[in-house]
Order: sequence, then C-alpha cells, then structure tokens
Amino acid sequence: MTGWAMALFQRDLRLSVRIGGSALVGVLFFLAVVTVIPFGVGPDLNLLARIGPAILWIGALLATLLGLDRLFQADREDGTLDLMLMAGRPLELVILIKCLAHWIATGLPLVVAAPLLAIFLNLDPVSMGAVTLTLLVGTPALTLIGAIGASLTVSLRRGGLLLAVLVIPLAIPVLIFGVSSADAAIHDPVPFVTPFLILCALTLIAAVVGPVASAAALRFSAD
Amino acid sequence: MRSSHLKLIAENLTIDRGGRRVFQDLSFSLSQGSALVVTGANGIGKSSLLRTLAGLVSLAAGTIRLEGGETDRLPQEQAHYFGHQDAVKPALSVLENLRFWQNFAAASVCEGFTGATLSPLLVLDTLGIGHTAHLPAAYLSAGQKRRLSLSRLLVTPRPVWLMDEPTSALDKASEQQLLGIMNDHLASGGLIVTATHTELVLDRIETLHLQAADPAEQAPEEALL
Repeated sequence: MTGWAMALFQRDLRLSVRIGGSALVGVLFFLAVVTVIPFGVGPDLNLLARIGPAILWIGALLATLLGLDRLFQADREDGTLDLMLMAGRPLELVILIKCLAHWIATGLPLVVAAPLLAIFLNLDPVSMGAVTLTLLVGTPALTLIGAIGASLTVSLRRGGLLLAVLVIPLAIPVLIFGVSSADAAIHDPVPFVTPFLILCALTLIAAVVGPVASAAALRFSAD
Repeated sequence: MRSSHLKLIAENLTIDRGGRRVFQDLSFSLSQGSALVVTGANGIGKSSLLRTLAGLVSLAAGTIRLEGGETDRLPQEQAHYFGHQDAVKPALSVLENLRFWQNFAAASVCEGFTGATLSPLLVLDTLGIGHTAHLPAAYLSAGQKRRLSLSRLLVTPRPVWLMDEPTSALDKASEQQLLGIMNDHLASGGLIVTATHTELVLDRIETLHLQAADPAEQAPEEALL
C-alpha cells in the first residue's frame, strides 16, 4: 500500500531536484518581490516593519504560483498522466502526494528564506518567527489550492497566467489569516492563537478539497 | 486446452470526440489468449477505440467489461496502455524510470492468467538496453525509449495489453522481439488489442476492420468539395 506512495514521492522529488531551478527560481522571485517593495514605499523603517508580514505573505503567494503550472503539465505532455489514471491507485492520494513533493521542493525553500528576507523589512525577531511559522503552516494550503488550478489548466499550452487568475481569489482566506496571525504576534492585545488555528484549519480543509477537486478535473481532462 | 476464463467484452460502444461521433454501437468480445488486431484507414478511430478501452476517453454509450477479471477493479486498471507517448522521464535513469512504474502501477493477477513479475534489470537485458540501465533516459534513441516503454508491460503483470502502433520506431530485429513478447503474453493467458498498419504474425489473431459506414455522412466537409 505505502510502497507505491513512496515511489511516487521519491520520483517527484528527484525530478524537481534534477531538473533543478524550481526551488532556486522561486526563492529568487520571492527575493525580487520583497526587495522591490522598500524602493516603492520609501525608507520609512516603521512603516516597513508594520507592513512587512503582509509583504512576505504576498511574495510567498506569488512565488508559489510561479511553479504550479508544471505540477501536472509535464506528466501530461509525455503520456505519464494517462498511465497514472490507469494505475489503479486512488487519484486523490496521488495528487496529495504530488502536492507534498511539490511543496517540499518549492514551498519549503520559501519558508527557509523568509527569516532572511524579514531582515530587509526591518522585522523584529518575534515577528520574524511569527511570519516564518505562519508561512510554514500556510504555504501547503497555497500549493493544494493551486493544484485545482493546475489540473484545470493542464491541457492549455500557456496555462500559467490563467492559473494565477483562478487561484488568487481562492487563496485570499489563507492570506488574510496568515497575515493577521503574524500581526497578532506583534500587537499585544490580540491573541496569536485564534487566527493561527484558523490558518491551520484552512490548510487541513485545502488538503481535502484540493485533491478531490483536482482529481475530478484531471479525470475530465484525459480525453 | 486452457479453460477460457478471461473475456474482454465491449458492448455498443459509442464515443464522441470534439463534437463528432467517432463510432457508434461497436461490439466485440475477445477471449483469453487471443489478439484483436484493429485495422482501418487513418482517422477512422483506431486510437480512439484503444483510448476508450483504456478508460481515457469517456463513453457516450455502451459498456466495457472484463469477465473473469478482478471484480473490484475497473477493466482499465487491469490493462497496460502502450501508446504513442513513451512516458519516459529524461531526467531519471533508465532503471529509475522502470522501477517507478513497477512500484506505482498495481499488478493484476487473476485466474488463468500466468504472467510473471520480472525483475527490471532482466527485462532491460532481454530488450537489449541493459547496458543503458544507469544512464539518464535523455540519452536514449527513439527506438530505445520505445523499448524502455515496452519493458513497463513486463515488470507489472496485467492481463490486457492495449497497444497503439506497437512497431513504430522499432527496427526489424526489435520488431521480431516484440512479436515474441506479444506471443508469450498470449501463451500465458493474456489478451491483446492492437491497432496497426503492419502485418503482425501472432498466434491467435482476430481482426476488427473499422470502416466508414457512409463516406458522405462521415466526412461532410470532403463531400462538399
């Protein structure tokens, strides 16, 4: 039972490491978004510290969208997806495992880079930790929601842009609770745990809804 | 004489692709140990038929059953599809490609079908690409990729093989080898449905020739010219 899941997980991870670029390009894009904001906003350190968590979250959202279009497209182009549909394995689980491997290859590097980029935005250590923690919990939800968009646009040659348009509205709740729990850690009167638990719940919901919706879209696209 | 348990039965298959009816009320049944060779002109729907049997094209009407197969699996989950695309990942080594499919695709064993699980290295050697096992698949030629794709059918036993133009990109020697493998599969109680333009010398062949019912009705655009 678990043998096939491990085989798929290792294959996907191996592919993203060997083909390369996916993690590095995502982090570089994240860096580009975050560094460009202070130039636009101006050198007001207090303002930067206040909007810092939001900037990091938006940067992470955009960087996640960048790699999502290849989630299923590469497998569709060479016929692998057809064989996966026939493999006799539950497609929802297949998608969940692919998302997990994709998140480790592209989402986790963003989380690791976040504390470094937080220095650019004049965040103090507490908010730096809070933002990193919310990103760790919240970015899997972005990948899982993105999987829906990726499977809907799998047959389109230039699906990346459409994918972003489809996914961003669905990602708004994650963004709201991610940023508000990071803010709550900085401003004392508001408890950190309440929005943070809602963020956890959103990730868990996405772990169910994402694979189910995405499997339905992939089955339909096989024609 | 082997008792025939397995039977692939297609009843009244009707499929539409791109708003056009490809075929209507196509029925056939294929018993264990025999091959169905689907012939017909280009664009008549051979590939569509195979993709339908593979569960990749949805049916507008009709049913596909595998009698005597595993009851809790769909027919396509007991079939291998060997199509135009090789499903080979250039970034992985030849052996990694093959091992993945062996672990990932569910084997399907049923009464009367004695297909064995072969080890990946043995299969690669048999198909003459054993020396490439540790090379990235990107370095393989088209024919070698095709053989790697074919080896997928041998590492996971499944009774039904759906083969779309199996001989394309293969040289004469490999073609003979492919026929040998297909005959072995039939001898072990498997079933093969193949679409082809070349003559295949197989042990037990049944032929299904697809033909346009009425040329004018099938291709109205051409009729106008």
